[in-house]
Amino acid sequence: MAFQPGFDVSKIEHLLNGRKDGEYGSLMTMLEEVQAQYRYLPKDALILISQRMGVPLSQTYSVATFYNAFSLKPKGRHIINVCLGTACIVRGSRKILERISDRLGIEPSGTTEDGEFTLETVNCLGACALGPIIVVDGVYSGQMKASKADALLREMLSEGEKP
Amino acid sequence: MKRLQTPEELESLRESLVARRDPDRPRISVCCGTGCRVYGSMEVVEAFSEETGRRGLDNEIDVVSTGCHGFCEKGPVVVLNPSGIFYQRMTVDDVPDVVSETMLKGTVIDRLLYVDPGTGERIVYEHDVPFYQKQQRLVLDLNGDIDPTNIEDYIAFGGYSALAKVLHDMTWEEIIDEITKSGLRGRGGAGFPTGLKWKLCRQAKGDTKYVICNADEGDPGAYMDRSIMEGNPHRVLEGMIIGASAIGARQAYVYIRNEYPLAVENLRIAIAQAEEYGFLGRNILGSGFDFSIQIRPGSGAFVCGEETALMASIEDRIGEPRARPPYPAVNGLWGKPTNINNVETWANVPLIIDRGGDWYSQIGTVDSKGTKIFSVVGNINNTGLVEVPMGATLKEIIYDIGGGIPGGKECKAAQLGGPSGGCIPREHFDVPIDYESLLELGSMMGSGGMVICDEDTCMVEFARFFMNFVQEESCGKCVPCRLGTKAMLEVLTSITEGNGQAEDIEYLLELGEQTKESSLCGLGQTGPNPVLSTIRYFRDEYEAHIRDKHCPAHVCKELIQYSIDAEACTGCGRCLRACPTEAISGAKKELHTIDLEKCIKCGSCDEVCKFDAVMVE
Amino acid sequence: MITLTIDGRQVEALEGSTMLEVARENGIDIPTLCFHEALEPYGGCRLCVVELLTSRGSRLVASCVHPAEEGVEVRTDSEIVQKSRRMTVELLLAAAPNAKVIQELAAEMGVEEPRVKLGDNDCILCGLCVRACKEIVGANAISLVNRGFAKEVKPPFEIGSNACIGCATCVFICPTGAVRLEDVLANRSVHERESDFESRPCKLCGDHYLAAELRQDYEALLAEEAV
Repeated sequence: MAFQPGFDVSKIEHLLNGRKDGEYGSLMTMLEEVQAQYRYLPKDALILISQRMGVPLSQTYSVATFYNAFSLKPKGRHIINVCLGTACIVRGSRKILERISDRLGIEPSGTTEDGEFTLETVNCLGACALGPIIVVDGVYSGQMKASKADALLREMLSEGEKP
Repeated sequence: MKRLQTPEELESLRESLVARRDPDRPRISVCCGTGCRVYGSMEVVEAFSEETGRRGLDNEIDVVSTGCHGFCEKGPVVVLNPSGIFYQRMTVDDVPDVVSETMLKGTVIDRLLYVDPGTGERIVYEHDVPFYQKQQRLVLDLNGDIDPTNIEDYIAFGGYSALAKVLHDMTWEEIIDEITKSGLRGRGGAGFPTGLKWKLCRQAKGDTKYVICNADEGDPGAYMDRSIMEGNPHRVLEGMIIGASAIGARQAYVYIRNEYPLAVENLRIAIAQAEEYGFLGRNILGSGFDFSIQIRPGSGAFVCGEETALMASIEDRIGEPRARPPYPAVNGLWGKPTNINNVETWANVPLIIDRGGDWYSQIGTVDSKGTKIFSVVGNINNTGLVEVPMGATLKEIIYDIGGGIPGGKECKAAQLGGPSGGCIPREHFDVPIDYESLLELGSMMGSGGMVICDEDTCMVEFARFFMNFVQEESCGKCVPCRLGTKAMLEVLTSITEGNGQAEDIEYLLELGEQTKESSLCGLGQTGPNPVLSTIRYFRDEYEAHIRDKHCPAHVCKELIQYSIDAEACTGCGRCLRACPTEAISGAKKELHTIDLEKCIKCGSCDEVCKFDAVMVE
Repeated sequence: MITLTIDGRQVEALEGSTMLEVARENGIDIPTLCFHEALEPYGGCRLCVVELLTSRGSRLVASCVHPAEEGVEVRTDSEIVQKSRRMTVELLLAAAPNAKVIQELAAEMGVEEPRVKLGDNDCILCGLCVRACKEIVGANAISLVNRGFAKEVKPPFEIGSNACIGCATCVFICPTGAVRLEDVLANRSVHERESDFESRPCKLCGDHYLAAELRQDYEALLAEEAV
């Protein structure tokens, strides 16, 4: 597997050098760190990590595709997470998901073409009293309605247009 | 802080902490669990600190950020001590009044009091609030009192004394005996007797053993474990250390959902403090017992709540369960004997050691001892966490504690056990809840999620939702789950879209039975339950969808139609403006109409109409 | 040696055997798909389920992986077992309608048209190819990717693998023919041309790559099939 020239290794150099005891610890913990640094798992990062840890690349790839926390494609600058847990569902969260999906023109798990927004769903955040809930860039908004979601999106989209 | 080396040193620290705490000293306890934080409780804490500082009272009044108090519907929740006055829906703007009127003058502020919707009465004290009155808060007892990021709070309230007793005064047989006597059963869902589980692991051959805390609370609508870990992580740690000493394990992992950042953070702080004070690490309290705990965040896979998949995940593999036997107690993490218990199970352990297995076994029913925490959510007035003795009825929980259904609607069913459980219709709400009675009703205890469905819930769509969840979370290893639940989902989807066939109900029952019988792990073995239970109790809804292409609850999009009632419509135009597809037309003050071709049935018009003029049929 | 009852007969078995081994030793036929003597049992296809009778009732267990225990009673062909196998085969037929081995199983069990359509993919996710590549060959060139219904067998990044040594064990072991020799050979030639290619030996036999003679044989075979 050839590397892309110019892949910036610096963000994960500390991971690739291992811990003080010479071990690497857990593969999954490493992947979580990579995901946090790059907002996805770049192919070259996975290849490097697999090599250093002595883990077959096929296993790393298998793990990377199994768990929801990992993404092989870059996520948008803004992440909108709609809770589809049971409590939020009986309070109508599906309509909110549909509204946001319509407005942004993407399906859940998708990212807008300009790389600005990723729409995700989560099966319960554990804040059920506030349902329906959406989380935008880590900020929770409760008692959502489709109209509130509209207003929120309008605000975010207009902010994006500001120079 | 010097490491505590002996139980005597711990006692002496506790005594000095208690001596320093004046029970009459004013203390403002603000709920800072995840839910209340979203409501702005951290800002309320800041405002209180600022206000008391401004008035020069910060040395006389304590402001404490606690974990989840449980009454999530009414957050931010604030309790004033020592009076016990209970304020709900507090805002930053209310803070100056609370300090000047209540803290300083003892005057109660009416607008912040809880109002009983049944009687209209304003309730002043926490212990009188109906939501709390019928509960028996044992596991959650300290959630309103302690700062979870301060180990000394936990110690002052008696924390870690059970551990000291266990390490110095009890043999491993005595510890396991006490837990067995208590009748404690696993709170993660299956209800396996905890004492027996520990014994099997103890007896397994091998010097290296592991203990795991399953904190991968994945059932949608369930957040009991989150609140225990956010609000009193030390109790969980203490339980784990006690269990490990009985089993002979020296290393533990807490596998916790990454969707719970506050719980992960509070747990991390708690472990660091436990190490600092000497409750973790080498030679704990001079007993010669070494033990350490590591946190392992999950990576977003519901199936990793299943114990063998959880262990695979810790081993850096995909979360595919494997066959049992061998059971983890004998062959678990990295092939070593491993004891896995749920968060709530661990949290019960120090209580049992402190007060005795006999005491614990007096609570609950014949086969289900102790209390259970439920998260009561969905179409309910008092959303929140409820801790009741086993044997409490759904009626008590939904009406006496939960305050009934919003909008005066009827309650159709309560769903227990999440995607593994079944719904229980209103006619069975008098059944005392315990592990066995729920199984007989076609449901199960599960982890404690309790979703309340009102009369406007379509039970077919509800079942489809769960099947979709199971399909998304299935690991895909075994045929019955991977393909069986897919087939069930296809059939349910076509029913909700008006394409159901006469044979579909029987096919669903057959698929459901076979998937349960033949699947490799608990996910597939229980995944069909919501479908089977809704067919059992709400077959008429299925038949209406199939035979009449009609959704009695007016939910399934393909089977409903929106229209505007000519008598009620005032022509205000709100619906026109709210419609995302411009499907509504009408002149001002004249009847508005909906173009069914353009209507996407999003319900926005219904949301904004103030005259109840939108009809859904 | 331990004693147990299988289909009403008392038999003896070596401790540590699986139920499937005990059955076969005693001339009892149990169908399997994901089982192979040379590999660790997987327990995924569920075709080999048998009914285990205990004091608390009975349940189905995968015989390929369930240990034979002292004093247990097992039925390999009871009604509940048959119903389970038929549903498993019906579902497989719904997802892999053109796979001959599935069609044959369906015919044997009297399973006709599946009542739902789940796709048309010859791969039944038995995992034999992946497991053989890992456990026998030691190449780890392919793995199970994604989760649930979207699960597939793929090389890393779905591009191709330079860990593959072209032994074609995956092609041989696949029960449905979903793994194709052309793909293995194509992958090999791509990597042979790339300068960073490094050949690796088979863990079991030590051979470094598809021997030239064998390759010629395979290519001839492929040419024959195409005719």
